[in-house]
Amino acid sequence: MHNPLRSEADAFKWVVVIGVGAVSVIVLTLLTRPVFGVVLAAVLIGFGIGFAYRGARGSLPGSVSLTHGGDGKHRLLVVANETVGGKALLDEIRDRCRNRDCEILVVTPALPTSRAAHWASDVDEAIELARQRMELSLIAIRELGLKAKGEVGDSEPNVAIEDALRVFAADEIVISTHPPERSRWLEHGVVDRAREQIDLPISHVVVDLAADRAVS
Amino acid sequence: MESATVALAHDAHDEEHHGPPEANQSSRIDRQTLGILLFIVSEVMLFGAFFASYFFLRVVVDPATWPPHPYELPVAVAGINTAILVSSSFTIHYALESIRRGNRKGLKLGLVLTWLLGATFLFIQINEYVHLGFSARDLAFGSIFYGLTGLHGAHVFVGLLLLSFATIRAFRGHFGPEAKNHLGVEVPGIYWHFVDVMWIIVYTTVYIL
Repeated sequence: MHNPLRSEADAFKWVVVIGVGAVSVIVLTLLTRPVFGVVLAAVLIGFGIGFAYRGARGSLPGSVSLTHGGDGKHRLLVVANETVGGKALLDEIRDRCRNRDCEILVVTPALPTSRAAHWASDVDEAIELARQRMELSLIAIRELGLKAKGEVGDSEPNVAIEDALRVFAADEIVISTHPPERSRWLEHGVVDRAREQIDLPISHVVVDLAADRAVS
Repeated sequence: MESATVALAHDAHDEEHHGPPEANQSSRIDRQTLGILLFIVSEVMLFGAFFASYFFLRVVVDPATWPPHPYELPVAVAGINTAILVSSSFTIHYALESIRRGNRKGLKLGLVLTWLLGATFLFIQINEYVHLGFSARDLAFGSIFYGLTGLHGAHVFVGLLLLSFATIRAFRGHFGPEAKNHLGVEVPGIYWHFVDVMWIIVYTTVYIL
């Protein structure tokens, strides 16, 4: 969801809509009886709340501002949570950084365990788990001989990417998810939205942790 | 030579960043705009408390007539006043649309018209109070009538102060077409629209229904 009232122009639209609704209530009341005006007002308020809810659904399209390094280094932003230590992701990172002076930032969004935990800002456990996964992945990446640092990001992956891009001049982004049938990120269109909003090459890596475990 | 070295060192010192780093701003909304929106949320709750009292008197206490005999409300005059205030939303919107297009003349005209319309509304409301024939001491009806309309009038007054600052700044050459350069009009504009919406609701419920 997003805030449907974000500027003076939005507020002005609300004034016009509420004004038109009020005029219809006033006219009906003056022509008939106040009770009919009350009923119409209640109906209009119901419709208004419904339309406001519909209009507030989904994220607003927007482009993410980028910073540029310009020092010859290839900067790779890796976004992953549970799949952050997956074999397919490590292979992808190794391929992307082959024969390059590569700098990697791993961002692990802190995903609350439930919607209730999210709304209650009960994210301490999620942050700690994300930090542990991120540190394990940094060890694995460094074992490949690559320089990497990590951050725990916002629970919303696209916001975490946007935040990271403010401080990390990425040349490329790798987003790692579970396979489509198990991935909430894919269900919520995280990769598609990132491609719409960010003018950088974005790779999507599918990590099947169950298959990884079976092999090991 | 020594003073030149000191000057260079001073320049280098000036270029250093002081204070904490710029915060990551995940929200795509200005802090000022977000601030006024949160303030408006608190204002809605304040008005909500007054409306709760009003509807308690109308629905639960349920007097035989509303307004109670022999009091009457000047529906027509207040209706004209409503039209005046609602039209001020159009003029503030015109002012903002003007500055978004770089039209400074339109900005000034829109702000002055908005201020005049707001002041006219307040003048007519005070005049209405003088001629109503009842006071806040006359029954609960008088208390809630003056409470609700007075609360709104106070908001119009605050809005006029904000518009005064914006108008003075506009005549001093402040504000520009970029969004970050006219927040000083955008924020009072949002507040002013809120004040207008609240009056539409107050007028419809108190004077009409």
